[in-house]
Amino acid sequence: MRLAVAALALLGWLAGCGQRSSVGQAAAELGRFQRELQEKLLDAKPGEIIEIPAGRHVLDRSLSLRVSGVTIRGAGMNATVLSFKAQRVGAEGLLVNASDFTLENLAIEDTGGDAVKINEGERITLRGLRIEWTGGPSTRNGAYGLYPVRTRNVLIEDCLVIGASDAGIYVGQSEDIVVRRNQARQNVAGIEIENSRRADVYENDVTLNTGGILVFNMPNLPQRGEGTRVFRNRIYANNTANFGARGTPVASVPAGSGVVINSNDSVEIFDNELRDNATAHIIISSYFSTGYMTNEGVAKDFDPYPEAIHVHGNRFSGGGDSPDGLDLKTLKLAMFGLGGRFPAVLWDGYRDPKRLQGGKLPPDLALCVRDAGPVLNADGPGKYRNPSLTSEGFDCTLAALRAVELER
Amino acid sequence: MSGRSLQGPQSLQGPQSLQGPQSLQGPRALARLTALSSVLALAAFLAGCAPQEAQPVFHAERNPATLAEWRLLQIRAGVLGPTDGVIPYELNTPLFSDYAHKLRTVWLPAGTRAGYGADGALQLPVGSILSKTFYYPRRDAGNGAGASQGALRATAEAIGVLAGGRLVLDQVQLIETRLLVQRAQGWQAVSYVWDDSQRTARLQRVGEIIPLELAGIGKFDYVVPDINQCAACHATDVKRATLAPIGLNFRHLDREHDYGGEVGQKNQLAHLEQLGLLDVAARAESASSGGSRAALWGDESASLEARARAYLDINCGHCHNRQGPADTSGLALDAAETAPIALGVCKSPVAAGRGTGNKKFDLVPGRPDESIMVYRLAAHDPGEMMPELGRSLVHREGLELIRRWIAEWPGAPGCAQEASNSARQSASSARLSRSQG
Repeated sequence: MRLAVAALALLGWLAGCGQRSSVGQAAAELGRFQRELQEKLLDAKPGEIIEIPAGRHVLDRSLSLRVSGVTIRGAGMNATVLSFKAQRVGAEGLLVNASDFTLENLAIEDTGGDAVKINEGERITLRGLRIEWTGGPSTRNGAYGLYPVRTRNVLIEDCLVIGASDAGIYVGQSEDIVVRRNQARQNVAGIEIENSRRADVYENDVTLNTGGILVFNMPNLPQRGEGTRVFRNRIYANNTANFGARGTPVASVPAGSGVVINSNDSVEIFDNELRDNATAHIIISSYFSTGYMTNEGVAKDFDPYPEAIHVHGNRFSGGGDSPDGLDLKTLKLAMFGLGGRFPAVLWDGYRDPKRLQGGKLPPDLALCVRDAGPVLNADGPGKYRNPSLTSEGFDCTLAALRAVELER
Repeated sequence: MSGRSLQGPQSLQGPQSLQGPQSLQGPRALARLTALSSVLALAAFLAGCAPQEAQPVFHAERNPATLAEWRLLQIRAGVLGPTDGVIPYELNTPLFSDYAHKLRTVWLPAGTRAGYGADGALQLPVGSILSKTFYYPRRDAGNGAGASQGALRATAEAIGVLAGGRLVLDQVQLIETRLLVQRAQGWQAVSYVWDDSQRTARLQRVGEIIPLELAGIGKFDYVVPDINQCAACHATDVKRATLAPIGLNFRHLDREHDYGGEVGQKNQLAHLEQLGLLDVAARAESASSGGSRAALWGDESASLEARARAYLDINCGHCHNRQGPADTSGLALDAAETAPIALGVCKSPVAAGRGTGNKKFDLVPGRPDESIMVYRLAAHDPGEMMPELGRSLVHREGLELIRRWIAEWPGAPGCAQEASNSARQSASSARLSRSQG
């Protein structure tokens, strides 16, 4: 019996590794790579480093990892390429449900859905990755490039993300986040921090997206976000026409937006270089302006108002001259004329009436905009009838937010 | 991926017809195979076809290379059925899996019994094994034409099924058998893929794409999950990340089943209780704690609401619950959910990407065509469809059920006007967002 079992095992091995004659040799090689990589992911032990050699590796189904303490490492973002152009199975390229995870030095191309999704985990490091949809901007591209969600202690650095039909780098419902030295190009949103707490977004190079860097809060989620710092980034010429699917939060972002804050609180934006973003360099807005506000579909306890926003010490040049959409074009024409331009900062004008004291937000919740000239108040609450250019009330200071400490 | 010719079943009477792998190349491999074949045949005979002593074996550490080594199922005279002590069961409303039929079994170690968890889920002791065999009725089954190559059937009819969870092998095509094994470290999943001859099912850890064809529907990729992908559905609590059975729950099991023989038609829970495999006292408690019986999704005598919710519960609720992997979406579709927003009513998607299908809300009462839920159930694309795994085809009948449920939503349409007229509304005033018409 033991011999029989061994023979069966051998047969299983032979059957598993043999390729049927109808399958071409190249495909057989690629199939073998996929199988071996899947097996490494299935059998990974904590502390293990899975090295993926240089080369272009074609996969047709998503990969997943559920073991903590694993590093997946390629030979460089242009040397090791995982191509999912032929993907038939799975909503992601790589799905991770584990902690102490590092993914570095490789490229993931053309996934059907999100490229890398990490759902639940701590101490997540994404480094030196190239995530790309190689056909350029298209609504058919996958939604997110790098997508940690419900994670804590997240570091994303030195990555290049191109072509996501939602956000290139998207950190959702997470805590203690550093996103630095990345390049985001030709995504709908270059970098998006959503419903997350304590995020530092710095030294990124963000261009050719629809919107550069977004700090959003969405309703109906267990975690509300606050406490994001956006600083020392280069955010320029984010003027790509919005190619996000209607219904997604980013579909509401006008092309030509540098930084957009929506419904989020305690956001500090400073020391950035903002250039040639054709709608506006910075937009401060409430959920009312997204077009998604409904009585039935938004939890009653959701706070749609951005509060404690601190914009200071940024350098602006160009931009504001060709806003996206009829509404904004009309507004610009009416207020600034054919050859004029929007100021650096746009605000939709919504403030929480329950918070106002003598017509003003209390100092710790104020919208403070300095070093940016007057702000355009679009007068959303007044049905956009009386937009105005004003500095009144914006010349204030909020305590600097603390730097995020990842302690590693 | 390997093509699969759907040949008719071969004689299962003797050991002589076992097939080897199909394209081993080179004379050495062939010689080795020849030398092995008699041993293999004997092994298959002992493992799969022995008429006596077929008791299940709990493998506490490793997954053996073949399904036969678990001794959960046996083939006798062309019929696949559970071995002694292995109990077949079915669910009120099952998960849709590309029209596959499923033979489900549960086995508990001798002298043990199951209890109930707080949510009505059966709690099984270490050593328990669940099996689920995916199969299709053959197109020519039952019409006297004899087995031949050709398409399989997408039908709800129980073709080739005998009482007691037994399958007539010349009327069905077996595809794979998945196991959930309760080991000391928790539930673990594994799949075995049947060979063309329906004689042996072999361990397949990394999954497989099997091209199949269904009459009236066409060719499609049948996907065997890799072991990690099993967790995509069975890790119903994303923080704990441990696997759990889904169907083995009071609300899904509370129904009749034809056990054949002396037992005949009987309620499944009552049968397990009578066998001493399920705690009788705990059942009343579970029933009283809100565990009401799930509707049969196709049962026209049940309310549309009950049928739709049962369908969403088993197809979506394992991820879309408030502890599940899809809690990131704010959409919860399990049986326990009551909040309209969590069910998607007028709710904006969070991270659907192009899965929105250019629609603004998850569920627009009265407007199935404006509801993202319907769009994603009708989608084929892996980047858009829901569920994300487990199907390549659209479940037309299930989709129709959900469409009707949304279309006949009681009361005035809520966000319907907003969903359809958003372009006009937003064009009427200057906003800091682009028009989304």
